[in-house]
Amino acid sequence: MTAVVGTPRLRKEDPKLLTGEGKYVDDIQVAGQLWMGMVRSPYAHARINSIDTSAAEAADGVAGVYTGPQLAEMGLWIAPLPCAWPVTDDMVNPEHYPTAMDEVHHVGEIVAVVLADSRYGAADAAELVDVDYEPLDAVASIAAARDGSATAHSAHETNKAYHWPLIPDPDALEAAFANATHTVTGEFVQQRLIPAAMEPRGVLAVPSPMGGDVTLYSSTQVPHILKVMIAATTGISEAKLRIVAPAVGGGFGAKLNVNPDEILAVTLANKLGRAVRWTETRSEAAFSTHQGRGQLQKIELAADADGKITGCRVHVDADMGAYMMLITPGVPLLGSFLYTGVYDVPAFGFTCDGYFTNLTPTDAYRGAGRPEASYAIERAMDLLALEVGVGPDEIRRRNYLGGGDHFTDMETASTLVFDSGHYSPNLDAALEMSDYAGLRAEQQRRRDAGDAKQLGIGLCTYVEICGLAPSRALAGLNYGAGGWEHAMVRFLPTGKVEVVSGSTPHGQGHETSWSMIVADKLGIDPDDVTVLHSDTAISPLGLDTYGSRSLSVGGVAISMACDKVIDKAKQIAAHQMEANPDDLDFAGGTFSVKGQPGAELPIQAIAFGAFTAHDLPDGMEPNLQEQVTFDPPNFAFPFGTHVAVTEVDTETGEVELIDYIAIDDCGNQINPLIVEGQVHGGIVQGVAQALYEGASYDDAGNCRNPSLMDYLVPSAMEMPNIKTGFTTTPSTSNPLGVKGVGEAGTIGSAAAVVNAICDALSPYGVTDLEMPATPQRVWNAINGGAS
Amino acid sequence: MLVETTINGQTYSADVEPRTLLVHYLRDHLGLTGTNVGCDTSSCGACTIHIGGESVKSCTVLAVQARGAEITTIEGMAGDDGTLHPMQQAFMECHGLQCGYCTPGMVMAATSLLSENPNPTEAEVREGLEGNLCRCTGYHNIVKSVMAAAGSPVTIGAGS
Repeated sequence: MTAVVGTPRLRKEDPKLLTGEGKYVDDIQVAGQLWMGMVRSPYAHARINSIDTSAAEAADGVAGVYTGPQLAEMGLWIAPLPCAWPVTDDMVNPEHYPTAMDEVHHVGEIVAVVLADSRYGAADAAELVDVDYEPLDAVASIAAARDGSATAHSAHETNKAYHWPLIPDPDALEAAFANATHTVTGEFVQQRLIPAAMEPRGVLAVPSPMGGDVTLYSSTQVPHILKVMIAATTGISEAKLRIVAPAVGGGFGAKLNVNPDEILAVTLANKLGRAVRWTETRSEAAFSTHQGRGQLQKIELAADADGKITGCRVHVDADMGAYMMLITPGVPLLGSFLYTGVYDVPAFGFTCDGYFTNLTPTDAYRGAGRPEASYAIERAMDLLALEVGVGPDEIRRRNYLGGGDHFTDMETASTLVFDSGHYSPNLDAALEMSDYAGLRAEQQRRRDAGDAKQLGIGLCTYVEICGLAPSRALAGLNYGAGGWEHAMVRFLPTGKVEVVSGSTPHGQGHETSWSMIVADKLGIDPDDVTVLHSDTAISPLGLDTYGSRSLSVGGVAISMACDKVIDKAKQIAAHQMEANPDDLDFAGGTFSVKGQPGAELPIQAIAFGAFTAHDLPDGMEPNLQEQVTFDPPNFAFPFGTHVAVTEVDTETGEVELIDYIAIDDCGNQINPLIVEGQVHGGIVQGVAQALYEGASYDDAGNCRNPSLMDYLVPSAMEMPNIKTGFTTTPSTSNPLGVKGVGEAGTIGSAAAVVNAICDALSPYGVTDLEMPATPQRVWNAINGGAS
Repeated sequence: MLVETTINGQTYSADVEPRTLLVHYLRDHLGLTGTNVGCDTSSCGACTIHIGGESVKSCTVLAVQARGAEITTIEGMAGDDGTLHPMQQAFMECHGLQCGYCTPGMVMAATSLLSENPNPTEAEVREGLEGNLCRCTGYHNIVKSVMAAAGSPVTIGAGS
C-alpha cells in the first residue's frame, strides 16, 4: 500500500451529505413524539409574578404545560445546570435551572414549556401562556456591570463573578515598565458574537418502552460529556442514558454545552414515556444557544530602544452573561497564556474580572479566549511598530521566540512550554506569497496620488494552544474533567477494521482522517476502515471534540491503538510461522521473517486466526482488538502568519478585503485537503468578527439583531479567494508530530484584517478601530469622529 | 387543503394546513429531510429547491402555493444508480462541504445558477450564491466546486 497520510484524499462523509441522506436531529422522526415549545422571557431582568397556562392547556393537540416551579416540584432535576470550570474558590455561580423559578435574568430565558403534537402546535401554544412580569433594572453591558448601579441577579449584591490573576513575577513586571524606553497601550472591545452554526441546535429524547432508558439525540459536540452531566443534573443513572450526536451541522463551540432543552427533553420524555423534541428557530438561537467573546481588553507593552519587548501587562473584563454555563468563566483564561503571542517576553502579567450581565450567557466560540488574546497582542505589536518607527514585519522579527529560529520545548513567561516553533521562515513565506514589497509600493503610489481607495496591509503571527489537554494541567486550572481521549481499533474476521473513537466530529471529516491513519499503520486500504463515533452506546468512552483536540489527542490514541494491534498480531504471526517475534518485519500489512523470502503472513490472515482462536500462543486472548486512552504530556502550539490586504474607501468608509494570504503551521498533516478547508473556514469567521458581526444590545438588554436578516454572517460575495501555504514544524507533544488546525484561522484573521485597515488609514492618524469595522465606524475614524 | 405535487418525478398528494410552509411539508409530511432549515428569515438558503427548474427557498413558499408544481429536491439530483450529479461530484472533489448542512441548498442554487449562466466568472459565482450561507468552508471551495462543475480547470490541494 502506498502511504496515504499527508496526501489530499476525498472525504468518506461526503456522498451521504451531498445526497440528503445525512441525518441531523431534526430529520429523525419518531411515532408519538411531542414537540416542546418554549415560553421565553421578553425581559432581560424581571420578577415573575404569575403564569396563566389555562389557555395553552385548552388548545388542541396540547399534551401539557409546565412552569418552572411545577417542573421543579415534579423532581425532574436534582442539581442546577453544571459549570465545570469554577475558576476560583470564591467564584459566584448563581443557580441556573432549565427554566426560571421566580426571576428571569436574560431575554429568552425559559419561563414555561408546552408539549404539543406538532411543530406548529407547540409554537402556537407557547404564545397562549400569559406571564405577568415585574420588570427590574437590567445590566446590559460590561460597563453597566462594573458600574454596579443595577445587579443582574437580585440575590447577589455585586455583578462581579471572580477575579483571576496570573502574574508569575510581579517585581519583574513592574521593573520592565519602570525601565522601558517605549510603552504602548491598546484597549480593545471583543464584541459578542453569535456562533450561528448553520444547523440550529435541536434535541429528540426517546424513552425505551422498557427499563427506563432514554436515548437523547442532540446536535452536540460533546455527547460523552453531556451524558455525565445529564446524569449528575437529573439523577438518572448514566447506565440508563444513551446520547447520540447524529450528523451535526457545525458547532464552533456553540454545541459544547449542557443546555436547558437537553435536560427538559430527557426528563420529560422519561417522565411521560413519550418522545419529546425541540429544534431552535434561528432567531431563538440568539437566546437559546450561548454566544462568544464579550470582553474588554487592555494590553500594555514595555520595550527597549530597539523595540525588544521587556514586559506585557494585560487586564480583561469578561462578560459572563446571565449565568455560568459549562465553561463560561474559563474561556478568558484559555486565552490568558497566549497574550505574549509568539514573542520572547521576559515579564508578563494577566488579570481577569468576570462580570454578570442580563444577556445571553457566553461560552466557547471558535478559538475560545485565544482569538481574543491573539487579537490584543497582534494589534499591540502594530502599535509598538508605530511607536518604535519600524515596519510591522520587523517588530515581529525582533521579538520572535528563539530569535525566529527552530526551537523545541521552550518555556514562556506565561508559564507554558511551547512544544515547537519556527517563526521566521513562516513570516518569510507569507511576505513572499503576498508580494509584500509590491503591496507596499502600491500602497505608497496610492498615498502619493491621494487615491480615494487606500490600500492597507495587515500582518498577524498567531500562536494557538490546542490539543486540550494534559489532564494534570487542567487540574491546575480547576477544570472539572480530564483531557484524555479514547480509541479502540479492532480487526473484524473478514479483515476489515473498525475504529471506535471518542472524538465527535461535526464537519471536520474525522472518518476520513482516522481511516488514513489506520490504513498507513496497518497497511490496509482506507476504504476497509469504518470509523464509529458520536454514540455513547457504541463509543462509551470519550471526551469529544473542541479546542482543536481531535487529531492531537484522539487521532494519536488511534495510532497508538494500531501499534498495540500490530504488537499482538506479531506475537500470533511469530507463533504461526514458528519464528521469534524479534525476527519479524511488518510492512505494507504483511509480516515477514527477516532473511527468509516468501515467509509471509498478511495481517488479515492473522486477524481471522485471532477470531477462530484455533492456533494462538498459549494464554493469548482471542480476537485482534486493542484500546488506548491517551493523555497528552503537553499541549500543542500551532502557529502561522496571515496577511490581509484591504482596500478602504476613504469617501464612504467601506472596507473591501481584496486578498488574504495564510501560511499556517499545524505540524505534520494527515489530509491536506481537510487542513486547507479548516483554514479557509476559520479565517472567514475571524474576518466576520473584524468586519461584519456583532450581537448588538440596547440598554434594556434586548438583542437588536437576533436573526440572519440583521446579524451579518458573510456570504460568498464578501469573501475573497484565500491563498494558503504551509510550513511544517512537528510537535513534540505526541508521536505523530501533529498539532491542530480547527481554530487557527479564526485566531489569526481578525487582527490581520484590523491591522490592515489601520495601516491603510495611518496617514489619517487612525491607530485603532472597534470591531466590526463598519463603514460608519471607518468613516468616523477618517473624519475625526469617535470610532 | 389538498396539495398535489410532483417531486423528483413522483406524485404526492396530501391534505395540509393552509399555513404549512413548503419546506415543512417536504420534511415533516413527506420525510424528504435532505432539504434543511437554517433560518426563519429566508436569509440562509439551506432550504433551496427547484420549482419548475428554478431555485426557490422553500421556506418562503406555502405548500399550497406549490400545487401542481414540478419540484426537485436534493434527493432527486443523483441518478437512479446512485451516480452523483456533476455538481454533487464537483463539491465532493473540491471539498466544497464540511458539516454538510448548507450543502443541499448550495448544490440546488449552484445548479440553477449554471443553468442560467453556464460559464460564470468567479465573481458571478460569488454573486449568484449570495443567498446561501455557509459557516464552515469560507466559500473558497464552494466557489471552486461550482467553477469546476462549469468546466473551469481546478487543482486540488495546498496553495490553490
